[in-house]
Amino acid sequence: MSKSNFTRRGLLKTSAVTGAGLALPTIFTAQSAHAYTNEPTGSTVTLGFNVPQTGPYADEGADELRAYQLAVEHLNGGGDGGMMNTFSSKALQGNGILGKKVEFVTGDTQTKSDAARASAKSMIEKDGAIMITGGSSSGVAVAVQALCQEAGVIFMAGLTHSNDTTGKDRKANGFRHFFNSYMSGAALAPVLAGAYGKDRKAYHLTADYNWGYTTEEAVKASTEAMGWETVAAVKTPLTQTDFSSYIAPVLQSGADTLVLNHYGGNMVNSLTNAVQFGLRDKQVNGKDFQIIVPLYSRLMAKGAGANVKGIFGSTNWHWSLTDEGSKAFVKSFGTKYGFPPSQAAHTTYVQTLLYADACERAGSFAPCAVAEALEDYEFDGLGNGKTLYRGADHQCFKDVLVVKGKENPSSEFDLLEIVEVTPVEQVMYQPDHPQMGGAEASLGTCNNGA
Amino acid sequence: MLGLEKKDFQLLLVVAGLTLLAPFILNPFPESSAMAQFNAGYPDLMQRFVIFGIFAIGFNILFGLTGYLSFGHAAFLGVGSYGAIWMMKLVSLNVIPAIFMGIIVSGIFAVAVGFITLRRSGIYFSILTLAFAQMSYALAYSVLTPITGGETGLQIKSTDRPLLSNLEEGEIGRANLFGMDMRASFELNVGDWLFTFNAGYYIAAIAMLASFYLAIRIFRSPFGMMLRAIKSNQTRMSYTGLNPRPHTLAAFVISGMYAGLAGGLLVAMDTQVGPERMFWTASGEVVLMTILGGVGTLIGPVLGAGAIKYMENILSKINKDVLHQWFAFLPDGLEDFVITIIYPFIGKGWHLTLGIIFMLVVIYLPGGLVEGGQRIARALSRKKTSDEDGPKASTEPAE
Amino acid sequence: MEAIILQILNGLDKGSAYALIALGLTLIFGTLGVVNFAHGALFMIGAFCAVTLSRILTLSHTIIDETKTDFLGNPAKVEVPYVHDIFGVATGDAIIDWAVPLSILFAIPVMMAVGFIMERGLIKHFYTRPHADQILVTFGLAIVLQEVIKYFYGANPIPTPAPQAFTGSFDFGAALGFDPNLIIYPYWRIIYFVFAALIIGAVFAFLQFTTFGMVVRAGMADRETVGLLGINIDRRFTIMFGLAAAVAGLAGVMYTPINSPNYHMGMDFLVLSFVVVVVGGMGSLPGAVLAGFLLGILESFASMREVLAILPGLNQIIIYLVAIIILLTRPRGLMGRKGVMEE
Repeated sequence: MSKSNFTRRGLLKTSAVTGAGLALPTIFTAQSAHAYTNEPTGSTVTLGFNVPQTGPYADEGADELRAYQLAVEHLNGGGDGGMMNTFSSKALQGNGILGKKVEFVTGDTQTKSDAARASAKSMIEKDGAIMITGGSSSGVAVAVQALCQEAGVIFMAGLTHSNDTTGKDRKANGFRHFFNSYMSGAALAPVLAGAYGKDRKAYHLTADYNWGYTTEEAVKASTEAMGWETVAAVKTPLTQTDFSSYIAPVLQSGADTLVLNHYGGNMVNSLTNAVQFGLRDKQVNGKDFQIIVPLYSRLMAKGAGANVKGIFGSTNWHWSLTDEGSKAFVKSFGTKYGFPPSQAAHTTYVQTLLYADACERAGSFAPCAVAEALEDYEFDGLGNGKTLYRGADHQCFKDVLVVKGKENPSSEFDLLEIVEVTPVEQVMYQPDHPQMGGAEASLGTCNNGA
Repeated sequence: MLGLEKKDFQLLLVVAGLTLLAPFILNPFPESSAMAQFNAGYPDLMQRFVIFGIFAIGFNILFGLTGYLSFGHAAFLGVGSYGAIWMMKLVSLNVIPAIFMGIIVSGIFAVAVGFITLRRSGIYFSILTLAFAQMSYALAYSVLTPITGGETGLQIKSTDRPLLSNLEEGEIGRANLFGMDMRASFELNVGDWLFTFNAGYYIAAIAMLASFYLAIRIFRSPFGMMLRAIKSNQTRMSYTGLNPRPHTLAAFVISGMYAGLAGGLLVAMDTQVGPERMFWTASGEVVLMTILGGVGTLIGPVLGAGAIKYMENILSKINKDVLHQWFAFLPDGLEDFVITIIYPFIGKGWHLTLGIIFMLVVIYLPGGLVEGGQRIARALSRKKTSDEDGPKASTEPAE
Repeated sequence: MEAIILQILNGLDKGSAYALIALGLTLIFGTLGVVNFAHGALFMIGAFCAVTLSRILTLSHTIIDETKTDFLGNPAKVEVPYVHDIFGVATGDAIIDWAVPLSILFAIPVMMAVGFIMERGLIKHFYTRPHADQILVTFGLAIVLQEVIKYFYGANPIPTPAPQAFTGSFDFGAALGFDPNLIIYPYWRIIYFVFAALIIGAVFAFLQFTTFGMVVRAGMADRETVGLLGINIDRRFTIMFGLAAAVAGLAGVMYTPINSPNYHMGMDFLVLSFVVVVVGGMGSLPGAVLAGFLLGILESFASMREVLAILPGLNQIIIYLVAIIILLTRPRGLMGRKGVMEE
């Protein structure tokens, strides 16, 4: 009696229903008819692209959507093939996935977990999507990942940086290509020590929610391990727009470095405010005062204008990378849309390709088969160099970029310069690392649904 | 019938009919047609229709009858959801205790908030309720993270072992009703149509019908009369020796418990709670639903809830490719032109459409969608003038 | 001590922003009796006046520079602003640099016009409608306005810096005899405070000392009688709406260097400004200003880490907590009149 059943509308849509009047009531019989949720039986397969289209992250969502459309075009054999040509796996033929033409549906997450789940559910229940991907915040990623686990479809996370997504909230059906807070901390610390010395007093301003906590923890741990001292860590409300009352006391504390564990609009405002206060012109403890932004997003950094100049941070990918994969991607994205892709676009494009490739290699769309093909899979040629999709927590391990705001940008896209490509060994950690939920965190078992 | 007047009973029957047949009514277009995009008969959206219907019915008991405009009603929805999910995580995966827990927690919270906020009236009351809701939201998002899960909210995890369950090791618990999974569906395939009858939806629908029935009883009761008196002239009421406070508080708590029921049902259908459920925009949404549908009417809030959720879920999913499919029959230049005109209003522009519709409805239909319906009905049957008194009496606008 | 002085400065600065927005909101409510949920949107449009002017000033034609390449390896297109062609590079850059202050001149007529159109086209039909209808229609308008801005300018914040001359900060500490660098405050924020004080003063003076202001005040107190005296109060109210829109718009223009404007900045401020207005007392101009500064200062103190160490999360709720306490002890806010929006 307890057979759950996400619908299989995709089947109806694609298979030629001859419509011979009444019939076929199916009472909880999905299991016999379908091996897994939304098994595609026609000549097409539907992917669900769930991105923020309204709200503060709408522009990031729009860039993700562009990348998805490009990926679909490439998978179906259109365009110049982009990173399919540089991808180390040659399973993709340009004839869709497993011979089925790729179609897609889009939805609006509004950067709210409720709305994101509603939208994902409609893709699964109404449109018969076999895989859900996208998003621009960790709250949404965790919520949608849990939904996909229950429903029995694969979730390929978009932009989500919190440790939790593949840490304490990891799920067997969910996969993250993007890097995380721990990796940011591990990659940044040595570069910061090199640039600013090992004797620094840091003052943290942290967005008061899960991502902020994990980022603060990661940056604190890795900088303290190098000899830095943390003077204070103050939590700021997510809804804060003016950070003056948090930034003004920084100098009085005797700190000589300010770490802004903020993202998106918060980061733009707090950085703008900090620079306004002239912190960077000051000298404390005989050293130049410095500001650090652990997670950079180029799209958002644009909002802070000239204030980002010279400020260190980390990023998952940047269009100025010169490996073959990145070059191919920038070329086909830039040719189609007229500007270079963002890191969100890169991650979503890559996730789509990786999913398609895993289906090809598994020879099936069944979530458990796809998951197995992705687990502990090593690949190259998708930017970031050699990459491992670790089976234990479904997190990608690859080089992390430490970047700095460019002093003399040559165009409006040229805001960040790559300071160092931190090798993957340096950002590696154990799956049961305490920051990742410790020994308790488990993927659970993969779910094929219906 | 059932203690209702004939007219109210008819209304209840109509609503019951519409709700129970919703899987048919909301899926009018064949699957393979381009119009299938507008079908709303899939479980998640149908559930949302009735759950937010309950929320709006409850809100209308407070706002429609007493005129007290609560601008923080989403807090009760959120608190109810948290209560329900903790019940599921700790005690039982059965939805009944979870839903009751949601109602009880919201009820208690409503007593506390109502006791304080009802000391003031008018906009001062609105701001007090807003303040409580915003505090709940801000705290749930940040310092209460251990209880609320913060930004990522709460879900049922593989490590949750409710007392009254016999889950296997590592199995993730699922909401059920005495063993029946909320997501179990019966599918009926008729020609090119697919109708989905979802267990969760029917449970929510029954809850909605019960709430609707209760709302009718409240509207028609002496208590309801008392609440209307508070709205029309509170001073006069106190001069006649009646103390309005206990009545308003009762209405406030009932309305809070409705929100708790909605919150509990949301969790029962989809085991996830996030704090943004309590943000002021969510409170604003229920105000909009009620006014859009028709304040003080019985059916209006349900219609308003449906209209807003429909736009949110259906309009936002139409993208450029879909438009190209629809208008493929037009010559190229014209096709692009038409799409350029329509594109700003759909997909990522669905907020714009929402805003425009609010404005149009408020400007031209002060009584909301119900008034629109009445006008159409009147235009269709001019001779039946005597029938108008009934519904009209319940279409009194706010204040 | 230094920390307290600093937070008072912060509070005054934040408070001046709150007070400015609340002032406009109260002007409209007090004169017209309309609850304007689109007021935040007017603030936002003001900010985008600054963005628009700086876009106009940087209108460019492209030339191909063969010596450079763009991200795809093609010859780079270099944008040359027309003001460079007209005024030369140095003067042109100076004009672009001063875009925000120049926008004040640009924003006043634009915002007045927006205000007039709004009042004549929409608000005037809602004078006799219930407050709930006013709220809904102006809220709908606010959504429409912000979506239109989003359509043209995108969702991301747009940097709109202050002129070079005003970057950096003033060392109050050194001036007051403390150690240097302990109490510093950015020049632009000081300018914002002074600007807000001037506007607030001007509005009060206008209402207090001009005949026009007197009539409007009389109209606020008793509209019918003023009408019966043969004074065309409607026309004056339209002008007041334009003024309120201009006040909101100017607040927005001057705010752009503090935080990069984005399309939802109005909504972010809306709820807060309503709390300010209500705490001040519906319809009371001095109340709105007082409440603005009070909440600004308390919010600043609540964000000190010494305070947060004792009461974690206080900074999340301080505004609302204060609102609740004030409304429970003073039924009509700080300076509200009896019977206004109480039913």
